[in-house]
Formats: sequence, C-alpha cells, structure tokens
Amino acid sequence: METLANLGDGFAIAITWQNLLLALLGCFLGTIMGALPGLGPSNGVAILIPLAFTMGLGATPSLILLTSVYYGAMYGGRISSILLNIPGDEPAMMTCLDGYPMAKKGLAGEALSLSGIASFVGAFFATWGLILLAPQLVKIALLFGPAEYFALFALAFMTLGGVSSTNQAKSAFAAALGLGLATIGVDTQTGVPRFTFGEVHLYDGLDFLVAIVGLFALSEVFIFLENRHGGSDAEGKKMVIGKLYPPMSMIKQTTPTMLRTSFLGFIAGVLPGAGASLGSFISYSMEKRLVDKEGTFGTGDPRGVAAPEAGNNAAAGGALVPMLALGVPGSGTTAVLLAVLLALNITPGPLLFTQNPDVVWGLIAALFIANFMLLAMNIPMVGLFTRVLMIPSRILMPIVAMVSFVGIYGISGSTFDLLVMIGFGVMGWGLRKLDVPLVPIILGTLLGNAMENNLRRAVTIDNGDWWTLIDSPLSLGLWAVAIIGFILPLIFGARVKAKMRQRRDEEGAISD
Amino acid sequence: MSDRIFGVFGILLSIGYVFAALAIEESFLSDAVGPKAFPLIIAAILGLSSLAIVLRPDAEPQWPTLGRLAEIAAAVVVMILYAEMLPVAGFVIATAFAAAYLAWRLGSSALESVFVGVGTSVGIYVIFHLVLGLSLARGPFGF
Repeated sequence: METLANLGDGFAIAITWQNLLLALLGCFLGTIMGALPGLGPSNGVAILIPLAFTMGLGATPSLILLTSVYYGAMYGGRISSILLNIPGDEPAMMTCLDGYPMAKKGLAGEALSLSGIASFVGAFFATWGLILLAPQLVKIALLFGPAEYFALFALAFMTLGGVSSTNQAKSAFAAALGLGLATIGVDTQTGVPRFTFGEVHLYDGLDFLVAIVGLFALSEVFIFLENRHGGSDAEGKKMVIGKLYPPMSMIKQTTPTMLRTSFLGFIAGVLPGAGASLGSFISYSMEKRLVDKEGTFGTGDPRGVAAPEAGNNAAAGGALVPMLALGVPGSGTTAVLLAVLLALNITPGPLLFTQNPDVVWGLIAALFIANFMLLAMNIPMVGLFTRVLMIPSRILMPIVAMVSFVGIYGISGSTFDLLVMIGFGVMGWGLRKLDVPLVPIILGTLLGNAMENNLRRAVTIDNGDWWTLIDSPLSLGLWAVAIIGFILPLIFGARVKAKMRQRRDEEGAISD
Repeated sequence: MSDRIFGVFGILLSIGYVFAALAIEESFLSDAVGPKAFPLIIAAILGLSSLAIVLRPDAEPQWPTLGRLAEIAAAVVVMILYAEMLPVAGFVIATAFAAAYLAWRLGSSALESVFVGVGTSVGIYVIFHLVLGLSLARGPFGF
C-alpha cells in the first residue's frame, strides 16, 4: 500500500508540463538514437548528459529526460534490425534473426508493430519489477558497512565482463585503468595531490563526463572515419512497411512468449554483468528451445521477434534496480545514468530512497509515462523513424561530434577539457580495436573515489586491520559471488560470446 | 602481436603508476591507510592483467591501412585545432569549419560539406544558445 502511495506521489511529480515534455523529447530522441546504427543507448545518453546538465535541469527532470532516452533506444534498436538486418544497437542483435525474414516476407509492418508491443510489455513488467524489488534490495543494502560496500564495488567490477566476456584479463585491465584515472587529483581524505604532475587543471580530478563523452561518442566518430562509412545503411534498399497492425491471432500466439521473456529479461537485467544484450540473447534462446517445435525460428516466426524485444526492454528496466538501490550499475548505460546522478551531487544507493524519494518515485512514474508514449510513437509513427534511417552518417557523425564538443564546453568552458576529451576519444578508439571493453573504464572513473573511501573508512575504523574487509558473513558472501562471477566466464565465456557474435557484423566494445 | 605490445605497454604503465604512487607526499594528518595504498593495489591489478594479456593474446585485430590511420590522425589534429581556436574564432565559425571537415572526410561532396558545416553550426547555435540559453564560446563578432 505504501508503494502505491509513493507511486502516486511520483506521478504528481512527473506530471508537470516540463517533465512530460522532457519525457516526450527523450522518447523521441532515444528512438532515433536506437534506430541509427552507430548510436546506441550508452553513447546516446552520454551525448545528452552535458546538455541536461548545462540546461540547468534539476535532478528529477534530467533523469526523466535521460531514462526516457534509455528506454527509447531500447525500442528504437529493433527498427533497423527488422528493416535492414543491421542491429541499431547491440541488444537488438537478436531481433534480426526473425525480424528481417519477416520483413522479407512482406510482413515488415507486422514485425515492427509486434516488436513494439513486445517492447512495451517487457518494459511495463520490468518497471513493476523495479518498484517491487528495489525497496527490498534497499533493506538489505542498509545493512552494509564500508567493508561490505568495498566488496560490492569489487563485485561490480569483477562481474562486469559478464558471462559474455571473452577475455577477463582485458576487463580487469579496463577496470584498473578506470580506477587509476579516478585517483588523479587531490586526495579527499588527506588533501595531498596525487598523479597531477603539477598540472593545475588536474587538481580537481578528471571530469568523468569528459571521459564518458570522449570514450563513447568521439571514438564512434573515429570508427566511422576509419571505415569511411559515410553513406546510410538504408541506401539502395527499399523499405516497404505495409500494414501497421498485427492480426489478433498473432498477438495471441505471442502473448505467452512475451510474458515469459519479460520475466527472464528482467532477471538478466538485475544480475550484475548481464545487461540488455544478454537479456535478449537468453530470451531468444530459451523461447527457441521451448516453443520452436516446427523449426520456424529464424525464418520469420513472430515469436522470435517478440522474445528478444520483450527480453531486452525488460532487462533495461531490471538494470535500473541495482543502479538505484545500491548505486552500483551493472551495464554500460546504467553506468552512464549513474554519472548523471553523481554530476548532480546525488548519491544513489539505499539512502536515495529515504533522502530523495521524489527523485526515485518521480523517475519511476516517468518510466510508466514514457513507456506509453513510446508505444504510441512506435506503432503509428514508426514510418517517421524509418525515414531517419536514410540520414547518411557523413552528415550524422559531424553533428554527433560537434554536439559532444558543445556539451563539454558548456559545462566547463575550458579548452583543456576538450583536449582531454579528444584524448579519451583516441584512447577509446584504440581500446575498441584491441577489444578492451570501455564500460569498466567508465565505471572505474565513476566509482573509484567511493570505492577507495569505503576501503579506507573500513580499515581506519578497525585501526588499520585489513582483515576487517572479510570478517562479516555479508562481505564474505559478496566476495564469494565476485570471485565466482570472475572465474565463471573463464570457463563458459568463449562459448556464449561466440554464439552471440555469430550474428554480429560490426565490432565495438560498447555494450548496452 | 598487437596484444603483446599492448600488454607490455600496460606493464610499463603500471610500473610508472607505482613510481608515481610512491612519490605521493604523505600528509602528517593521515588515516590508517594513507593515500598510497589504493593506487598500489590498482597498479598490481593493472600489472597482472597486462601480464595475462601478454601471455595469452587474442587474435590479431584488423588494423586500418596507413592511409586510414593518417585519416584519423588528421581528424584528431583538426579537433585539437578546433578546441584551441574555439575561444579565438568563436563558436559558429570554428564549428562550421570542423563539421565541414568531418563531413568532407566521411565522403560528402565539397558543396554538401559546406552545407553540413554551416547547417550544423548554425543549427546548434540556434537551438542551444538562442533557445536553451547555453553559453557558447564568443568570437570577435559576438557569436
């Protein structure tokens, strides 16, 4: 009952003209960013953060804008998967498998609207899951002391490579690099400068927004330059959409699939290191095993379209649970959303629910509203978004680069930050070529200070005894999960990743 | 081979990081852990993971040809020039040039590039400065 009252308050916050407008804008931009190959949810949100920040939006409005982009991108990814057989973003990869064959059979409109409905179902149930699960997780998190938090951060890093990681050494390298970058600047506890090499600009530390925009957005521009991929993927292909509403029988046939995969996707999203890509992958695999008796999956089976879409949207909602309740994101885009909160001086985690309930519940209410908006946008107006696919990247990419520069310059007004951002862009490009994941770097720069502070607090409280880090059952449990989560991919990782990569034609170390 | 070079670079980075960490001047008012311990732990992870990369490298990534590499280097130079010129030339002029350059290098024709450059620059100026009130770099002409 209390939950419903909270949710009611949330709706009261979310339903203002400004917030509704921001949600609408976010949904629209998000769908476009999801639909365009090369712009995914994480770099889409990354580009917009500095703007939300410089526009002077408060915490709730900024979050509403950016999570709408996040949800929107999860919807949008399917459009180019279905019409062009090119995933608009990584989680939409699995939608190609049955979406494109359906489009070839002349059922593009049905595939688009059905996947829109599946996205809605997935996101709708995941938002309810978020409401029910997050407060429970908060109750556990309130028992955490500094030692447990340190273990939790370690868990986040060790599992981030995830089940799909091919090279754990590279994930660990990326995490250490990010944490190392976070230590640059004046030490918060003793006030001594570290790794600043006398450069005054570095005393405040590196701005993580600069790192995020450089790593995600600029490196993408370099990738496009490298391949001189200037045209649009839609060039020369004709996209006939046809009828926009799926027959009732198709909806009926796919309903059980949607419900099952929503649940599965949500769980995948909540678990650390999984995220939306894995959510859609296991949803598709499970459904194939469960209902594909005639072997129609892969040839344009509507259930094969509904499964990954419900799965990835549910996972997107699920991934918000650990980010909000623990302050530890499990995926790339939620890491970027965490950056928004930190930039606004709001510390996510259990205290967020008691200290800023307006932010949490306003956000959740906005997610419901955004989801309805997205359904409305993505079925009748899908034709508009397919036209966006015609924009060639030789026009799009300069705009992306310039908007990134404007955002960062708008925050600090310093040339130095722009140069650092370019540096991160080049670094991001090189690391992506070497298949080093970028998300742990971001997470490291974001969480580095909090992780170090918790470590030092824990040890200081116990008068310098380092064993305090593992002397409670809770922290032992967290360490155990962390170690298992790190070792498991060494055994199974290559297999899962190989399966997921079978359908991938583009490289890229950015996952959702 | 790329991975091995990368790993060696990582090891050197971690060694450099250790030296820089040991050079941190400790304050007389320090907690039980001090400012050096955490960086040293990080350096250890960095070094160990780099070692693992050297010992078990992945398959060779597909590196671009020298020409494409020069292309990226040129874009970086243009972006650096852009960052440096921004306060001097002002937002609209600098952005128009940078966006036009990128559009040209991604395969637009000359006319189209100019159009994209000016369009991007004026478009961003109108939306972000005039409508949203973001402060952008001012040039000699006030924009």
